[in-house]
Amino acid sequence: MQLQILKRTRRISFSGAVAVFVSAILLSLLFSGILLSLGGTPAVAGFSTLFKGGFGSRWALEDSVLKAIPIFLCSLGVAVAFRLKVWNIGAEGQYALGAIGATGVALAFPDWPSWAVLPLMALSAACAGGIWGLIPALLRQKMHTNEIIVTLMFNYIAVYLLQYLVLGVWRDPNSHGFAVSAAFSDAAIIGPLSDAASVHWGLVHCIVLGILLLLFFRYTRIGYEIKAAGENMNAARYAGIRVDFLVCLVMAISGGLAGWAGFVEVSATVNQLQPSMLVGYGYTAIVVAWLARLNPAGIAVTSFLLAGLRVGVESLQLDLQVPADFGDILEGSILLMVLAAGLFLEYRIVRKGRT
Amino acid sequence: MNFDILIPLLAATVLSGTPVLYATLGEIITEKSGVLNLGVEGVMMLGAFSAFFVAAATGSPWLAFVVAGVVGMLVVSLHGVVCLWFQGNQVVSGLALTLLGSGLANYLGTPYVGTKAPGFSAVALPGLSRIPALGEIFFNHDPLVYLSYLLPPILWFFFHRTGIGLGLRAVGENPAAARAAGLNVQRLRWLGILAGGFFMGLGGACLSLAYTHLWTSSLSGGRGWIAVALVIFAFWRPGRAVFGAWLFGGVMALQLRLQASGAHVSSSLLLMLPYALTVIVLVFSSARRKSNAAPAALGVNVEPGE
Repeated sequence: MQLQILKRTRRISFSGAVAVFVSAILLSLLFSGILLSLGGTPAVAGFSTLFKGGFGSRWALEDSVLKAIPIFLCSLGVAVAFRLKVWNIGAEGQYALGAIGATGVALAFPDWPSWAVLPLMALSAACAGGIWGLIPALLRQKMHTNEIIVTLMFNYIAVYLLQYLVLGVWRDPNSHGFAVSAAFSDAAIIGPLSDAASVHWGLVHCIVLGILLLLFFRYTRIGYEIKAAGENMNAARYAGIRVDFLVCLVMAISGGLAGWAGFVEVSATVNQLQPSMLVGYGYTAIVVAWLARLNPAGIAVTSFLLAGLRVGVESLQLDLQVPADFGDILEGSILLMVLAAGLFLEYRIVRKGRT
Repeated sequence: MNFDILIPLLAATVLSGTPVLYATLGEIITEKSGVLNLGVEGVMMLGAFSAFFVAAATGSPWLAFVVAGVVGMLVVSLHGVVCLWFQGNQVVSGLALTLLGSGLANYLGTPYVGTKAPGFSAVALPGLSRIPALGEIFFNHDPLVYLSYLLPPILWFFFHRTGIGLGLRAVGENPAAARAAGLNVQRLRWLGILAGGFFMGLGGACLSLAYTHLWTSSLSGGRGWIAVALVIFAFWRPGRAVFGAWLFGGVMALQLRLQASGAHVSSSLLLMLPYALTVIVLVFSSARRKSNAAPAALGVNVEPGE
């Protein structure tokens, strides 16, 4: 029997697409399950710990939402750039710059009230992240550099910049040698939604920013131009769309959103600047954006799911001593499988001779 | 500058440039066939770990070195399956490979963190190592460094004087024309991916067998990404890749020396140096517009049945 690959003439049905995705994810779970048992942890027990740890209790769900917040904001940013086929791999660095920008304001104005200091922190974070995204865009358009490599190098540079600051000028003199900044004033902290909840107001930031972005793409001319230019950049240029400007704009927005994520995280969760806040949300965000096919609602759901996996991996580490790097394996294999599964959305495989 | 400082520094430059050189050459081979593999970092990490593991288990560094190359081929074959068979996006597949490879290497390597494995040690080449200055800089290293001297001319010969090498380049420039000329596009791209992965794996092995003999988490530290940047710096030419790799080796060696000497520079800023230099070098080499040296069909999948 010989197989043949044919391009689909009609779009795949929704249930067909779901089936393709689910089987891709099951395959990657199978692969990581085998690795888990090779490492000496029974796969079934491992996955049940993982899912219980990530989604199995109120505490777990709250923690997953907390981790989903920065991932969502970074991923929203990544998706904006990806939509124009600008490969921004630098969300991690832009997130770090956002945290730095927010910290600068928080430390400079410790006596300011919340209504003044928080907006200024957000602005400073978004600008810092935005500039960190804009530089690679300008280099791409003016000097023809490859933005993938520059944004990635900017991640490393941002990590060391953050480290430099907390080891140097911003180091808390009372930190007993730890590389942390002074703690923020209470006014500079984003509080919880209610006294009973651990989920903070950052969730509302996510909803507002997500909706704003959705409106931007749906109802503004520039949003439409970005979508059009993403389909075919040369045609867009020919049609008079200012592609250079759009590339810079999407990278600034992209970096700004990741920077905002840094602000929310440093203010609401960490309450001071410290290197341990860089745990790879910016890389997870890329996985999320791609899995969600760049769609904001999809990004919301997917960031929650992948945040849950991260929380689950933490309990896997605590309960069964599985190294935390297992999370990267999960994310990497899910992405690879889903990427491969994309073929079935565009093509169908039939026996030769049939159509 | 004092020669007593300069010569060991230049020798360390060659040593620390070698892993990046192997990886850069690997990426050049893959990109010449029209496939962009951004998974270099992950492949290097797995190469480094498998080399470390085999060396620790068998005591044979040469066996470990070859195994790392084979593991590299296995890992990149995932990229081949996703991009060549399943038409997946090459950029995203490469990122996934980096995530998977680094994660897997760190995961499997956790029990070995801080342990040592037998590796290569320096062998002075008889005669050549006696040359003043140059002997110390170039001919007093481990065998993997000497092997890396031979690779660029071999690759040049492969790309310019062999049928397969010319075919590989044709497939990277214009797959449709290459197919019309009777070349098997898929097979040549598989060759590009697998051969590239072999060298990336070897690059990883250089890290764990020669550069350090110690396993640590995230051993590669972004060298795979620097290799991707160096391909552009090298205009896809194996010879120029040598200078790029040594330039980075130089910065890494210098940075380590400065830290050890207790100079009054923040260690964070010193650690930043190689990455900042990558950006600067990339800007200058791209601005010269020679980046047209890129294979024309780089990153473009060939549709089935086309």
